[in-house]
Amino acid sequence: MQIRMSFQNWLNREGSAYAFLSPYALLFIVFIIIPVLAAILLSFTFFDAIQFPRFVGLDNYISLLTQDDTFMKYVLPNTIQFAVIVGPGGYAFAFMLAWMLAQLPRIPRTVFALILYSPSMTAAVAMAVVWKSLFSGDQTGYLNSFLMAMGLLREPIQWLQSPQYLMTIMIVVTLWSSMGIGFLAMLAGILEISPELYEAAAIDGLSSRWQEIFYITIPSMKPQMLFGAVMALVGTFQAGAIGVTLSGSNPTPQYAGQLIVNHIEDYGFLRYEMGYAAAVSVVLLLMVLFFSRVATRLFASDT
Amino acid sequence: MKNNWFHRYTGVANRGMNPKGFHVSQIKFYVVLVPLSALMLLPIIYIFSSAFKPPDELFAFPPRFFVVNPTLKNFTDLFSLLSTSGIPISRYLFNSILITLVTVAASIFISSAAAYSLSKKRFKLKQMLFAINNVALMFVPIAVTIPRFLVIERLHLLDTFWVHILPVMALPVGLFLLKQFIDGIPDEVIEAAQIDGAADIWIYLRIILPMIQPALATIAILTFQAAWNNAEISTLYINDESMRTLAFYLSTLNKATTTGAAAVAGQGMAAAAALIMFLPNLVIFIILQGQVMSTMSHSGLK
Repeated sequence: MQIRMSFQNWLNREGSAYAFLSPYALLFIVFIIIPVLAAILLSFTFFDAIQFPRFVGLDNYISLLTQDDTFMKYVLPNTIQFAVIVGPGGYAFAFMLAWMLAQLPRIPRTVFALILYSPSMTAAVAMAVVWKSLFSGDQTGYLNSFLMAMGLLREPIQWLQSPQYLMTIMIVVTLWSSMGIGFLAMLAGILEISPELYEAAAIDGLSSRWQEIFYITIPSMKPQMLFGAVMALVGTFQAGAIGVTLSGSNPTPQYAGQLIVNHIEDYGFLRYEMGYAAAVSVVLLLMVLFFSRVATRLFASDT
Repeated sequence: MKNNWFHRYTGVANRGMNPKGFHVSQIKFYVVLVPLSALMLLPIIYIFSSAFKPPDELFAFPPRFFVVNPTLKNFTDLFSLLSTSGIPISRYLFNSILITLVTVAASIFISSAAAYSLSKKRFKLKQMLFAINNVALMFVPIAVTIPRFLVIERLHLLDTFWVHILPVMALPVGLFLLKQFIDGIPDEVIEAAQIDGAADIWIYLRIILPMIQPALATIAILTFQAAWNNAEISTLYINDESMRTLAFYLSTLNKATTTGAAAVAGQGMAAAAALIMFLPNLVIFIILQGQVMSTMSHSGLK
């Protein structure tokens, strides 16, 4: 009787909350949580996708930190370099563009938003064809042909096969497609800020545009700023296909464009060391989590 | 008279956010945005222009960016190739359209319901559940490929229609964005409705959903693109050719024709295929962008 009463109480108090949550929760648990947990468990095993996983404790993590020279010498520095420029850079860029667009009348705003967002609409596979022909290594590549016609270049450069250019091209291409869903959310966020706030601030003596951005605009759209930041973070650390598609090989030439995701792919699907690949992805998750904590600190709603 | 005109564009009106018309202060934005947009558009223009290029222009030297003698040859080549394969293109198209529609509609409803619960309801596990959702969002998809395959196999979903839809319906990004927006709705609005005796489901349908339309439109765009461009599910979980999607078919075309003797004809067809895949995304965005950018000035309180 006691138990039934308290169950009744619980149902009245929290039942509807769970009712709204359950369809999502069910699919989320089955298709996301269980696979993620399984991957985490796999990271403590040796698993070659044929035999049953064998438990090896922390071995994968230890060899990642002590023996994986490629990881320490190329993959990690590459990922950090790529992430620092594409992450905060792309994010600030997206915010500035959203802020500019919000100050245009509706029709030009729509046209520009459409153009800036359009790279995010194209499937990555289709874009690879485009970039490859733009940066193609012989004279038929658009960039080579253009630079040679200008007289800046005497013979064509193998853009996508040279270690010194590959990373730069990867960064440019990623920034080009970084006006994605986070950008749209920020644009919507800026437009939602009520005009009275700006008027009140002007009366209070806020004068410069920068002050306006930091004291009114950003604080009034923290949820969207946080969303944009998390999207930028996830997008940045989970980017990996780009270097491999551009250069056409994994590993990329002299590991110049090797990012953590490529390393995971390399071990998991080329060498079939799934356990090790899982350990690398857990480390990647920890890195993303750390940075998202920083972002949350910055933009947490005050509730 | 001239003075009047001058004042219209330099006065107080139309300065600042969400203006109704032109103002001189906007010129500096155009100076930045116009060249930048031109640069952003280049690859898209390239897709359009290549799709209509005849073979001699595709391989012209020096390469020409814009098409000179547009032709539909690439499209007719593509369709004649499609008609020789066992499965008619209408089948792939039908699969893609049906899967995309169901996925978008279903994921909007379940994500927004969950977001409403996590944002406005009070229950013990709330914080923890939201935190788990966000961690899942950050886990790199490639690492879960194998475990997810095993789950789907156990559930006997391989080679079914549902495998296209169920695994992508719960979208952690969607839940995250929707919750962020619902957080912005003042509690007073909901309390007022509760005092009027409104049932939960009514609050959700009549108050929450209309107030988060920009976020819903954003999620609709996102899931549409994810579903429409998804070739991965057809590759991993489907063996029955008639259950696969258009995105899958066109991506195999891309791979098959970029090597070997067929490469010459293939590039033109790949460009045509890329254009065909791109256009629906564009149309959906144009339809929904008004929602995304609509201001919520009508939202009453705030």
